[in-house]
Amino acid sequence: MANIISDETIEYVGILAKLELSAEEKERAKKDIGEMLDYIDKLNELDTSAVEPMSHVFPYHNVFREDVVVNGDGRDKSLANAPERKEDSFVVPRTIS
Amino acid sequence: MSLMSLTAVELGKKIKAKEVSAVEAAQAALDAIEKKEATVNSFVTVDKEKALSRAREVQAGIESGIYTNPLAGVPVAIKDNMCTDGMLTTCSSKILGNFVPNYTSEAVLNLVKAGAVILGKTNMDEFAMGSTTETSAFGATKNPWNPEHVPGGSSGGSCAAVAAEECSYALGSDTGGSIRQPSSFCGVTGIKPTYGSVSRYGLIAYGSSLDQIGPVAKDVTDCATILEVIASYDKKDSTSVERKEYDFTSALQDDVKGLKIGIPKDYFGEGLDTEVKDAVLAAAKELEKKGAVVEEFDLSLVEYAIPAYYVIACAEASSNLARFDGVKYGYRTEDFNGLHNMYKKTRSEGFGTEVKRRIMLGSFVLSSGYYDAYYLKALRTKALIKQAFDKAFEKYDVILGPAAPTTAPRIGESLSDPIKMYLGDIYTISVNLAGLPGISLPCGLDAKGLPIGLQLIGNCFEEKKIIRAAYAFEQTREFVHSPLSE
Repeated sequence: MANIISDETIEYVGILAKLELSAEEKERAKKDIGEMLDYIDKLNELDTSAVEPMSHVFPYHNVFREDVVVNGDGRDKSLANAPERKEDSFVVPRTIS
Repeated sequence: MSLMSLTAVELGKKIKAKEVSAVEAAQAALDAIEKKEATVNSFVTVDKEKALSRAREVQAGIESGIYTNPLAGVPVAIKDNMCTDGMLTTCSSKILGNFVPNYTSEAVLNLVKAGAVILGKTNMDEFAMGSTTETSAFGATKNPWNPEHVPGGSSGGSCAAVAAEECSYALGSDTGGSIRQPSSFCGVTGIKPTYGSVSRYGLIAYGSSLDQIGPVAKDVTDCATILEVIASYDKKDSTSVERKEYDFTSALQDDVKGLKIGIPKDYFGEGLDTEVKDAVLAAAKELEKKGAVVEEFDLSLVEYAIPAYYVIACAEASSNLARFDGVKYGYRTEDFNGLHNMYKKTRSEGFGTEVKRRIMLGSFVLSSGYYDAYYLKALRTKALIKQAFDKAFEKYDVILGPAAPTTAPRIGESLSDPIKMYLGDIYTISVNLAGLPGISLPCGLDAKGLPIGLQLIGNCFEEKKIIRAAYAFEQTREFVHSPLSE
């Protein structure tokens, strides 16, 4: 395996991904990412120095419209999905201590 | 003959002619589901009461002239990544295991306006990440041709439900082959439309620049009819494209005289099963007999599509799936210590292995220091792949090849080696990168009795050419119903 993923990298990626991995999962992820990168490195065979990155195949541009509410009041249905609810609010853990 | 063995358009005609009511059609589908689900497990959710009351409403609407579409009253199944107002939408994930949307995705809404009767939601690989429908949190779907084999994925539930004749047609979504590959494995027909043709509003995003909703049905006529209903310009989807026309059914003509068909030599190399190869080339011969001009050519860059795809799709997935945090909907972990710990534990417990694998890879390729080397490199490769197709479509109307290198593998064979599983998408993935339309339709069975799929690829907005070629080929063979269709 040409790409060796360090413990620090896995920790850092775990923070970015907001995932808490067990020791076993971390080892597995190191191996998985390393193998995938070895495979992805195939792209380096291509000379892309003169090619612009293409995010979309069509030329999209921003479409502006007036900010008019068209979908009515979905408050009750939205709140019905709340993992924890207090009256008309979503309950979350304390965010500022 | 069972109502469920009819195509969607045939059943729609009978309903219109008052030979069958929409309620009888819905009941026939629900009976089939009742009988077959233990074997096939195509559905995550079946809502009997809602389906029957909707069928009564549609029947009244047909009689009063509100619903005139050919699909009015015909029962449909929806892949479980499309939001349905008031009906559970799980993406086959624990993290959305209790999520009931308060709005309906635009594609489904278009069907509802045409008088569709929704039976329920179909099983899929979790968040559409997989090629076998084994990564579902609600158990694997089985292939109706042989329950020891996978139905393909990620729209495996939709394709299996059509093949098992539990519904008349279904909607799937295709990010790297997720409609075409399971259609091939299940012996049904599926279209991945040109990017931007069907609104993604209400489709739970995996790789937003690649995702497209499309039809799955028994034949090409059904697929063209369904596509005509679901395709629309939608201001709620910023990547929706206003097409010049939304007519697809006029292309249902048994006429390919002079149609130029290119066969990429690169699609017939190592890894392609001989029986698949023979069946696909035999299909090309049939089209040639009907007057199409068929020749081989070098497409190039085929082996770069999968690595480019996994970088782009995982990058987009890591961003798209950041919203699942246990705050406003879905699963929330029981015990946690503060906000960040709640996010992390919720996500770690709520997502399955393959989803976490892709979020990790996506977060890595987008992280500072690696963004240029991996993410931008993949986007540059995508531009080259698009150019290769542009060049091919200067010479050819349609590109013909297999939908997948093999027929359906056995359950349990694929997940242990992710790269091997990813290689199974080699013929479908570049179509998503280039935004092109593609169709998969049955062209034979292998010695094990499993279906083989033929893929036809068109240039952007040229669905009609692939529909015409597919329809012409379809006329050369009888539709073969799966053993589970009885």
